[in-house]
Amino acid sequence: MSGYLSLRDIDWGMVFISILICALGVVQIFSATHGTIWQDAWWKQIIWVAGGLLLMWIMAQIDYHSLMAHVTLFYVLSVVLLTAVLLVGKQAFGSTRWIPLAPGFHLQVSEFVKLVIILLVARFMAELRSDTLEARDVLKVGALIVVPMLLVIKEPDLGTALTYLPILAVGAFLAGLNWRYLIATAIIVVLVVPVGIHFLQPYQKARLVSFLDPDRDPRGTGYQVIQSKIAVGAGGMWGKGVTKGSQTQLRFLPVPHTDFIFSAFAEEHGFAGVVVVLALYFMLLMQIVKNAQTAPDSAGMYICMGVGALMLFHVLVNVGMVVGRMPVTGIPLPLMSAGGSSMLSIFLMLGLVNNVRLRRFVN
Amino acid sequence: MTLLPIDSDTQLGRISDKPGPRDDPKFAAGRVAFFQYLTVAVFLFLITGFWDLQVRNPEIYNELAERNRIKALPIIAPRGKILDRDGRVIVDNHLTWSVILSRESMRPEHLGPIAEGLQLDHDDLVRLINRYRGRPKYEPVIIKQELTPSDIAFVESHKDPEFFPELELIHAQRRLYPENGFSAHVIGYTGEISESELDVAEFASYEPGSVIGKFGIERQFNDSLMGVDGQRQVVVDNRGRERQVIGIKEAIPGKNLQLTIDLDLQVVAELALEGRKGAIVALNPRNGEVLAIASRPTFDPNKFSVRIKPEDWKQIVDNPDHPLLNRAIQAQFAPGSTFKPLMALAGLESGAIDDQYAVHCTGGATFYGHYHHCWVKHGHGTVALHSAIVHSCDVYFYNVGNRLGIDRIAYFAEQAGFGRKSGIDLPHEADGLVPSSEWKIRNFRQKWYPGETISVAIGQGALTVTPVQLARAVGGIAMGGIWYKPHLVKTTKPDPPHVLALNQENVDKVISGMCGVVNESGTGLRAKIPGYEICGKTGSAQLASNEFIKKGGKAPKDNAWFVGFWPPHNPEVVVAALYEGGEHGQLAAPLARDVIKSYLDKKVRLGKSAMLASKAGAGARVPVVPPNPPPATDSTEPGSADVAGSTRPRAATSGGSEQP
Repeated sequence: MSGYLSLRDIDWGMVFISILICALGVVQIFSATHGTIWQDAWWKQIIWVAGGLLLMWIMAQIDYHSLMAHVTLFYVLSVVLLTAVLLVGKQAFGSTRWIPLAPGFHLQVSEFVKLVIILLVARFMAELRSDTLEARDVLKVGALIVVPMLLVIKEPDLGTALTYLPILAVGAFLAGLNWRYLIATAIIVVLVVPVGIHFLQPYQKARLVSFLDPDRDPRGTGYQVIQSKIAVGAGGMWGKGVTKGSQTQLRFLPVPHTDFIFSAFAEEHGFAGVVVVLALYFMLLMQIVKNAQTAPDSAGMYICMGVGALMLFHVLVNVGMVVGRMPVTGIPLPLMSAGGSSMLSIFLMLGLVNNVRLRRFVN
Repeated sequence: MTLLPIDSDTQLGRISDKPGPRDDPKFAAGRVAFFQYLTVAVFLFLITGFWDLQVRNPEIYNELAERNRIKALPIIAPRGKILDRDGRVIVDNHLTWSVILSRESMRPEHLGPIAEGLQLDHDDLVRLINRYRGRPKYEPVIIKQELTPSDIAFVESHKDPEFFPELELIHAQRRLYPENGFSAHVIGYTGEISESELDVAEFASYEPGSVIGKFGIERQFNDSLMGVDGQRQVVVDNRGRERQVIGIKEAIPGKNLQLTIDLDLQVVAELALEGRKGAIVALNPRNGEVLAIASRPTFDPNKFSVRIKPEDWKQIVDNPDHPLLNRAIQAQFAPGSTFKPLMALAGLESGAIDDQYAVHCTGGATFYGHYHHCWVKHGHGTVALHSAIVHSCDVYFYNVGNRLGIDRIAYFAEQAGFGRKSGIDLPHEADGLVPSSEWKIRNFRQKWYPGETISVAIGQGALTVTPVQLARAVGGIAMGGIWYKPHLVKTTKPDPPHVLALNQENVDKVISGMCGVVNESGTGLRAKIPGYEICGKTGSAQLASNEFIKKGGKAPKDNAWFVGFWPPHNPEVVVAALYEGGEHGQLAAPLARDVIKSYLDKKVRLGKSAMLASKAGAGARVPVVPPNPPPATDSTEPGSADVAGSTRPRAATSGGSEQP
């Protein structure tokens, strides 16, 4: 098989778009952090991107079938590591998410568990016999995913834990989950959740949120979202220019180089810049979907679609939060937000997609 | 691509034995397409969000962003007041101005002129501001406190947008200490935490710009006296006007601190020392409470309040009399004859002598080949224990010391608390020194010669004590061997005292001798207060050895000591007075007498057996002169006043000038 693996066959379009987004991210990180204690973040980010590209290349080499064959081992390892995080992890911002790996780098295990879940769902779905997916199949694989999810929620990091769900959702959907279940689930979500929340008292809502994820929104008044909306709105059509956004520069924006990086970007580059970046993300997603369509087998398709679903969820929740259309959950914007674990895990996922792509002409 | 299904078989063989019907990846083509539509929908949903904010009504948000200028103004927490035992204020605060610098509107090129205008060091200012990197920019930096009128004028005239809009004045409560250095050594002073102190672990928890206690009580009890600064966050418009208060974190004022000091006694002690070098410590031997503690020369703690001027600092440091030295706890001098009561007690307790033991004093005696003088040239004649204490006969105590030997002397001296810190709640206390044969070997690698014991026996030689140690030691002996730890802050649970089982008969004999010192025309006659049985002992300690003087050295004047207490048994008050260069203990006696007298007068005034219930004068302003005229100067009967007047003319004049 190795004869088919050459640099030429990599999805260069996808890689090029990714690097472009990363580059815009680095510029934004520099602009948002210069003159602060995080002012080294931009060049660290360049190192993460370089490391990510390398990992992507390595990931593309190992046949995804062998990876799937060892998914049980990866799964057990994930659970063990997530438990270890809870026991020895580094305390940061009030929650335990990191294991100190080397000076200056703390491994956020939950980011890498995403890859294991993608492989797990892909293998489970590819091994199904029946034409339609039954509810008990979903429950089976769901039960497997719930264990790491609960461990991550315990950290507490509700946002990252929720990112595991779209992988399962897309897998179940593609595997032919009966439309009835889909509609039923949709109705339950649409009806029960808002109605349920409606009946909660404000303080109960606040308690629920703070119970699940206490370190978010410490001022408790939607301060972060308000500041983010002001930043985006103040950007206008053309933006205020790099390092000129007052919301970003005067630090009204919370964490303008990580979770709220897109808010800072929107202030400094305006609607025009936003459209360009969202278009880049859209093209990236379409490129991933295209690789799913040309996958040599259903397992490959599930992998690509899992990556796609995860990416879409991240963009939806993070960018939606920036414009106040999604709750503040604190998950990073893929390829843009400063941070090593997130960057490496995304490039590993793109490596998986390339892995599938490299094997599409197998005959 | 047509062969794909077969190919998939071989591939999936690793995962499942029997390939299912859904190996064709195209089976879900419809649903993949649905995902693409979903993606389009998500992106449209997001784009419309940005459209709403950025294109449809950006003006609203632009204005919001313009208005969005939060300014955080610090609210400085006042330090707790320092009160005397009756709740009278010793140290209060007063309102001052500080100037803050807003980093949002700061221009680096402004720092030079600002530093010049406010007489700050430019490098210090830059370093101070750099300490705030990483904090939100709306948090300002306090760059100078306790502004002088010229500083305020500078800020007022330059804070306009065309000069330095980054400057602003705020109020701050700062320390106001009593004038003329009253109680300066006990109270101590505060100061702005220095750059170097910020890097020390003890101060690591403080913010730059914090004003902390650096000396005395202010330092010892800093954590309780210091409050927590608050902050007022306001939204200001682009012209700097306050639009809205977002949040106020109120300052938590520091806790008031009540001392055991009695201002009535403290004032008398301070006045008694005026114009002299020395120290006075008054304790209650029944519980260790410090009633008065004074040291001269003194300094003005107000000069330290935030940042001391270099010329003021130089003046204090270069003063040969070391005004910063708290002589009450740091001056280490030979106790001289004030050591003799302890010697007598040690002799009786150890059986080296009994009260029948008598010595004939001819003005000196020879021990181990050296002739030792008695301070009375012609000798005291035959003296026994009582008369030896009353007349402070050196020859008698040479013999007692010779019989005891150095190590038994050292044992009793250490039991009485000499040679180590008394444990008073003030920083920088000195240890004093009690020589012993072990000490000699440890420090000089030589054995102790019995001849050296002779001078120790009269409180000379290597022996040194501090005034607080002397007061505690004598008070504890009079208590029958119970020594409390001296303390300035009332505690609910005082440390248990150090107790030494003593024969009460022996204690009584020593006390009787000390009463004779004051009341039987002994050396301490000038401490006599008619109607009260004051006990005490004088002491004059040479500062240079006899050899030095024989070689023609110019001897510094002797130090005068007096330690006295009342009543004779279970005393309520013990006072130790050190008069540096006072030549003879007789001249220190009036100093201690004044303090004891004021204690007695207050007791009479209150008409109660204990002073503790006193609530008189609570809340009164700090008096530099006593709120009630010091009893010692106006209610003494004529004869005694003559003595006081003739022996301390300077005190009389300076005391007079202090009166309003």
